[in-house]
Amino acid sequence: MFDLLERWLKNGIFEVQEYVRLQAATIRGATSPPFYYRDIIIQLDAIGVGSLTVVLLTGFFTGAVLALQSGITLDQFGARPFVGRLVSASMLKELGPVLTGLMLAGRIGSGIAAELGSMVVTDQINALRALGTDPVRKLVVPRVVAGFVMAPILTIIADTVGILGGWMVAVFQLRVAPSVYWTSVIDGLYPNDAWMGIIKPFCLGYVIASIGCHVGLRTHGGTQGVGRATTSAVVAASVAVVAVDLVVTQLLITLLY
Amino acid sequence: MDASIVLNHVSLAFDDKVVLKDVSFELLPGHTKVILGGSGSGKSTILKLILGLLKPDGGTITVNGKRVDTMSEQEMMAVRSDIGMVFQEGALFDSLSVEENVGYKLYEESSVPEAEAYRRVQEVLGFIGLEEYTERMPSELSGGQRRRVAIARAMAAKPGILLYDEATTGLDPITAMTVDEEMIKLRDLEGVTSIIVTHQLRDAFFVATHEAVRQNSHVEFTPADALKADEAEFIMLKDGVVCFEGNATELRVSKEPYIRQFLS
Repeated sequence: MFDLLERWLKNGIFEVQEYVRLQAATIRGATSPPFYYRDIIIQLDAIGVGSLTVVLLTGFFTGAVLALQSGITLDQFGARPFVGRLVSASMLKELGPVLTGLMLAGRIGSGIAAELGSMVVTDQINALRALGTDPVRKLVVPRVVAGFVMAPILTIIADTVGILGGWMVAVFQLRVAPSVYWTSVIDGLYPNDAWMGIIKPFCLGYVIASIGCHVGLRTHGGTQGVGRATTSAVVAASVAVVAVDLVVTQLLITLLY
Repeated sequence: MDASIVLNHVSLAFDDKVVLKDVSFELLPGHTKVILGGSGSGKSTILKLILGLLKPDGGTITVNGKRVDTMSEQEMMAVRSDIGMVFQEGALFDSLSVEENVGYKLYEESSVPEAEAYRRVQEVLGFIGLEEYTERMPSELSGGQRRRVAIARAMAAKPGILLYDEATTGLDPITAMTVDEEMIKLRDLEGVTSIIVTHQLRDAFFVATHEAVRQNSHVEFTPADALKADEAEFIMLKDGVVCFEGNATELRVSKEPYIRQFLS
């Protein structure tokens, strides 16, 4: 039992150490040449444009259901016209970033881990090194940069369609006047909330992509290993999204409010 | 003549498992070293050590006069520019076409003008007889074609040293013969120094005992004379230890029980 715990702890510490080393190499690769611009553009497209559908759907339905649920609760206080304020504040500060993060963890975290994992088990990573390419610069940096840049953009899109989803429910089901809804939405938006809603996705995008790369590059054990890596990447990235959200939220509340 | 590759008392272990123990050999420019041995005997590990993909626990490795076992990954990039490697199963990049795979080093990691790089890619694809497969993806190629594309990729940047890791394993005899002939052509017509890791005896002996001769516009493969055959040396590994070193003739007449069993 003690041996098992010791091995588990050692493995955990080793994973953290390797993750930190990869982050150091990634930062070095992102700030010094050579840069693989074409790969960065490909990843911006794959991660950004490729995730658009899932983010649009998630954002829309979340905003709609939020209006629906909060409408019932607000009715108890005769505060139905404030539904817009609740939807906008919730989407902007918390649900937009976190749900977009979770969607990205599922979509790009798994995709990156599977792609890099397959490259590891088929010797393509070694082939890259043999051809004089640093795999971190060629594979990790473009994905992490794309995750870092695209997560905030996708979050803004999710926030927007979420508020639109809330508007549809508020107007057509809760019978709130559109002007009342939009006034309430604007009343609920404060500059500090906007800052929080925009800073968090940068952190989440970075964490999701870097965890996908770390898990993918440490794949071993053939195709079975690729399957394991994909699952691990999704689990680790999803947990990290929620955990990082808590830490960053606490930090931003201290700094901004 | 200075050796292209020198391994001096190289040892490597993964945890408790000894992979290589006190391995030493020298390879002269333009010569061939054929490394034989059963699965898990450490053959492929030697190639990875030469390329700097792994670091030895002990001993020294010198490539083109530079000691690589102590080099950082960054420093290794310069050494790797003169080495090409054909990996087991080819290790072609799935997301790139045949042309992009073959020209990868020229397009991505060199300052060669694009037109010149493209010309070189066409040239090497012609050399291996796959010039009409430029636009195909690796998944659309047969096993033999993938190996030949891997050879083309390894030779595109004109390296002085080529390392072949089981380049003919799993191929039918006719395709394997085509790959063997490419290896001989590169050695004899381009002057490439090569290390061939295999457990395919037929291919190993064919490469060691034949030479390529250019006859007008085509290339012929003839039995090598004694002097030429001596330029190809065999190493037999058993559990990470060198148990034989010599030419094809010496290998055939060896009385060592493991070698007799391996050759039978």
